[in-house]
Amino acid sequence: MEKMSRVTTALGSSSITGRTMFCHLDAPANAISVCRDAAQVVVAGRNIFKIYALEEEQFVEKLNLRVGRKPSLNFSCADVMWHQMEENLLATAATNGAVVTWNLGKPSRNKQDQLFTEHKRTVNKVCFHPTEAYMLLSGSQDGFMKCFDLRKKESVSTFSGQSESVRDVQFSMKDYFTFAASFENGNVQLWDIRRPDRYERMFTAHTGPVFCCDWHPDDRGWLATGGRDKMVKVWDMTTNRAKEIYCVQTIASVARVKWRPEKKFHLATCSMMVDHNIYVWDIRRPFIPFATFEEHKDVTTGIVWRHQHDPHYLLSGSKDSTLYQHMFKDATRPVDKANPEGLCFGLMGDLAFAVNESLVSSDAGRKPYPGGDRRYPFFSFKKPNPTEQFAHVSSALSVFETDLDSSRMDWFVKTAQLYLLSGKPFTELCDHNATVAQELKRPQVRRVRTKIIIRITGTANLNVSAFSFSMKEMGPESRLERCKGESRPDNVHLDLTSFPENEETEGSDGPTEYMFGDAELDDDDLYPMEHDNQTVPEEPVYTLPPEAFQLRHEIIDNPSAPEHLQQDKADSPHVSGNEAEVACLTPIESFSLISISQPLYSPHLHASFFCPIVREMLSHYAERGDVQMAVSVLIVLGERIRKEIDDLTQEHWYMSYIDLLQRFELWNVSNDVIKLSTCSAITCLNQTSTTLHINCSNCKRPMSNKGWICDRCRQCASACAVCHHVVKGLFVWCQGCSHGGHLEHIMNWLKNNSHCPAGCGHLCEYT
Amino acid sequence: MSEEGIEVPRALASGPSAFIPAKELLIEGLNQDILVESFLSLGRVDHLTMVMALHPSYLSCFLRTQHALFELDGPLPRDWRHYVSVMAAARHHCSYMVQQHSKAFLEAGGDKSWLSGIKHAPVKLRSLHTLNKLLAHRPWLITQQHIQELVCAGAEPRWSLAELIHAVILMAHTHSLCSFVWGCGLNPEPDHIGGYAFHPPSPSHIPRSPHSPAHEDSRPELVDGAVEVEVLMKRMVELQQQQEEEECTQEEMVTRFERQRSESIPTAVVRGAPPELVLGLVEEPEFRYEDFAPRGEQSPSTMRAQDYSWEDHGFSLVQRLLPDMGQFLDEEFQVVSNLTYNRMAMHEDVDTYTLRKALWNYIHCLYGIRYDDYDYGSVNVLLERSLKVFVKTMACHPEQTTARIYHAFWRHFRHSEKVHANLIVMEARLQAALLYTLRSITAYIK
Repeated sequence: MEKMSRVTTALGSSSITGRTMFCHLDAPANAISVCRDAAQVVVAGRNIFKIYALEEEQFVEKLNLRVGRKPSLNFSCADVMWHQMEENLLATAATNGAVVTWNLGKPSRNKQDQLFTEHKRTVNKVCFHPTEAYMLLSGSQDGFMKCFDLRKKESVSTFSGQSESVRDVQFSMKDYFTFAASFENGNVQLWDIRRPDRYERMFTAHTGPVFCCDWHPDDRGWLATGGRDKMVKVWDMTTNRAKEIYCVQTIASVARVKWRPEKKFHLATCSMMVDHNIYVWDIRRPFIPFATFEEHKDVTTGIVWRHQHDPHYLLSGSKDSTLYQHMFKDATRPVDKANPEGLCFGLMGDLAFAVNESLVSSDAGRKPYPGGDRRYPFFSFKKPNPTEQFAHVSSALSVFETDLDSSRMDWFVKTAQLYLLSGKPFTELCDHNATVAQELKRPQVRRVRTKIIIRITGTANLNVSAFSFSMKEMGPESRLERCKGESRPDNVHLDLTSFPENEETEGSDGPTEYMFGDAELDDDDLYPMEHDNQTVPEEPVYTLPPEAFQLRHEIIDNPSAPEHLQQDKADSPHVSGNEAEVACLTPIESFSLISISQPLYSPHLHASFFCPIVREMLSHYAERGDVQMAVSVLIVLGERIRKEIDDLTQEHWYMSYIDLLQRFELWNVSNDVIKLSTCSAITCLNQTSTTLHINCSNCKRPMSNKGWICDRCRQCASACAVCHHVVKGLFVWCQGCSHGGHLEHIMNWLKNNSHCPAGCGHLCEYT
Repeated sequence: MSEEGIEVPRALASGPSAFIPAKELLIEGLNQDILVESFLSLGRVDHLTMVMALHPSYLSCFLRTQHALFELDGPLPRDWRHYVSVMAAARHHCSYMVQQHSKAFLEAGGDKSWLSGIKHAPVKLRSLHTLNKLLAHRPWLITQQHIQELVCAGAEPRWSLAELIHAVILMAHTHSLCSFVWGCGLNPEPDHIGGYAFHPPSPSHIPRSPHSPAHEDSRPELVDGAVEVEVLMKRMVELQQQQEEEECTQEEMVTRFERQRSESIPTAVVRGAPPELVLGLVEEPEFRYEDFAPRGEQSPSTMRAQDYSWEDHGFSLVQRLLPDMGQFLDEEFQVVSNLTYNRMAMHEDVDTYTLRKALWNYIHCLYGIRYDDYDYGSVNVLLERSLKVFVKTMACHPEQTTARIYHAFWRHFRHSEKVHANLIVMEARLQAALLYTLRSITAYIK
């Protein structure tokens, strides 16, 4: 009740009390307006025109102005306004183009007073002068605004907007002679009521129609406008050019905007389509509504503050045929629900974390961000009533940097660039990629690659005997590499299937035996993993393992992977050391083994045998955060494996890999990947935004029509620097100096020269 | 080649349109640029483009919309887009559009068997049938339920709202384009069925170009016709002046609207069987336009333009579900409503606004959309009966448009002016169909 008394004092004698309440109307409302003493509200619509009294607990219907058996279209109201000085005077704008005034003091049932039918089209808006008793302004679809003197039978002046329909007209609260009009083409005009010949000022406020405008009740220069482009803009009109000082982006077209009384920075909006809520914004914090009223079930068509000096009561009418009184204290506060924490990963594995200060203040020993203490106190003004401002939010931003050495992403970039994904025979591709991995000290990855070679060539061998040649050639080589880099488990399964004697050779090594029964994939990975687990504790706590870098996209289809894999590092450069001693098999030995065994084991091994293993291995890699591996293998193997993995999973892998590549700005690689992928969802990425917009090299303006001649300066824009003719077709240019020309010409030129053919002295570079 | 026994096909048509002499289309040199551009982007200039090129400013925004609709990013795959158009065109028996889109459908990698009959297409596409049917003939019957059936969570196969709106725009666009194709009497392209023959047409077959007799007919009426234009002009001026003086009652206004919409304009009764080409692509071919409110029946409630308009409501919804599309359509509507050359038949400097408005509102009236602020009495004053016959036929039963109807109205107007009228009808029809559907979608998502 403390608040109540405050309100009472503010308003002097006329105290307002009430609660959130509503009443059903018989028909959808188009507009509402209140009388000056805030005791009554008028509701107007196509099929309704009624006055309700606002009582303590409810709305009470006072008067139905819609009389007659078959009411004329003059009763079909697009807008209504109650005079703020004369409490018996109302004006409505009818959809058939009539402007009607109503005198409640009339004794008869029909209160219609004057009827003006000067507009040819629907009248969108009527507005009384705030202080003058007889002055009424109307704005219509036909593009005209008319000013009526209610003592005369017709309009006293007509203002032509010289454009499409007028959507809103508003007298300035402070300047006696000024009014603003907003138009369907996005313009706002300012007029002097005494000068109907020409507007004082015009500016473009929105793209598309400006549905509404409202002068600030206190500040003479401020005008708020709302448009179909979903924006509310506040303009400072005191300067020579109207200056946009605030802008609020809403989620739907803005149908009405009303400044909140007594609160300089608050305004209420409602939307014309889709969104049914009423928002109250603090224009200084445009990203989140200050308060929301969510009662209506259909679009809100009219909003009005109940009393021009009381910010606590809002009335609204809606298409859902209800009339509401909203108490401000009952409003929803979206900011309370907003999540004040934010988390984001940087490209190189850094982590930024913003959190409400109160939560982290106790957390001692935090490493301050080198860029300074980033704290954003949003609001600090003090007012007695805490519900009247945004909660004091200040967040602390912490940035955790990763240890440079332990989780550099260099390998990612390098491998991405060096991997060959197509263009060579399959075996060569594998070979090449294995070498790349080797060079980058990622033996485990390399191992996988070599292993695949064996498997798949083996598979091929089964079908096409001609392949046995390449197999023989490949076999020993890869075997040799494998042995060098260790990774004995790789051979396990070859051995297992057909070489008991080989198993004996290997048997000397303990771990191998233990793994025989398992899927090979696990063997392969358990090794480095165990090893890694030991190293993890040594790292600083805030270091992030690289897989955190991956988006959380992995699909768990490898249930056999042990849980602690999650904290494992994707790949460790130092696996081999531990196991070096097992490189005991001599290359020669394995060479002979394999070449001999060829015919022996091929009957047992065919594609369907390998595929599940490869598949498991790939999903395992993906899950551990190395989509690069998964995707590269996927591409290189192509048809051989594609059918084994469901499309959605593939798409996930591709998407994450492409995303990563693009974040590392490896555009070419990512494009290659897109091109080579077999998922339709991925290949169509290349179909999007294929338009290349070019500017004229002469006048620097966009070339709209044809690619080679500029419409404005009539210059041939793209002349070849070598032959000086216009280039139609392939145009290649140096991105350094932007000179270029026919592809062939430039190629020829660059064979003998390194400088730009245009003579600009630039050392051109083409990739 | 003919010696080797291979028959060489010859193009049959003597120009893009059976109604408009080819020389009328090509003299106007202004449209060169736009034709060059459309040739460059499409690889050919089809008859539709040639006729539309009479109004280059419209053509350029039409091509943009078309491009956005069929080529740019969107929720539906490209082959589907063309198939939806094929389905839509088949409703109006428009073999021209069916063949154009069938070709594009195959080029986009579509499955050939779908074209042999709608039963081969996926269930999801077939589920559009009801909507397609209503959109083409009686859009005012589209309700929230129709949308719900396709979109709601349980629906199988389910359409997303964005997909649905894309399909709706495709269908409405194609339907109205069919009106244009029929209304301008477009000849089949040389590569269409009916567009070529292996034997030169027999001499008796030659006067199939129907415009020549009509022209001769009109000669004796020259004086009469010239008077007609004069009268029309006078009426337009009068109408503009008197509007302020005369105030008629509410009842009178309603009656006028009702009269327009229920006036019986005899549209050809003969309903030819659909051509073989489209036979398999139409279900329920007997479903046709019926007068919005046949006399004596309780009519469905009219749609008030002020309650659901393109500018305020439709645009925002389309823009929300299919970004940019709203913009393209908005531009198209604006260009059409502002298109004028300030001339009429042999007169220059004429403000044709009232005439254009009357046409537009008449179409909307046929589709049950009413403007509170329009006096439907002026439709009667401005639109002569033969014009109404043409407009109604074209908008509601486009496949029944004949050369006779085309030549009967506005006998002294240029062909380009008749094409202009065609454009207005086409766009008004498109907007009406879209408004009804969008209103239902709005009601659904509420």
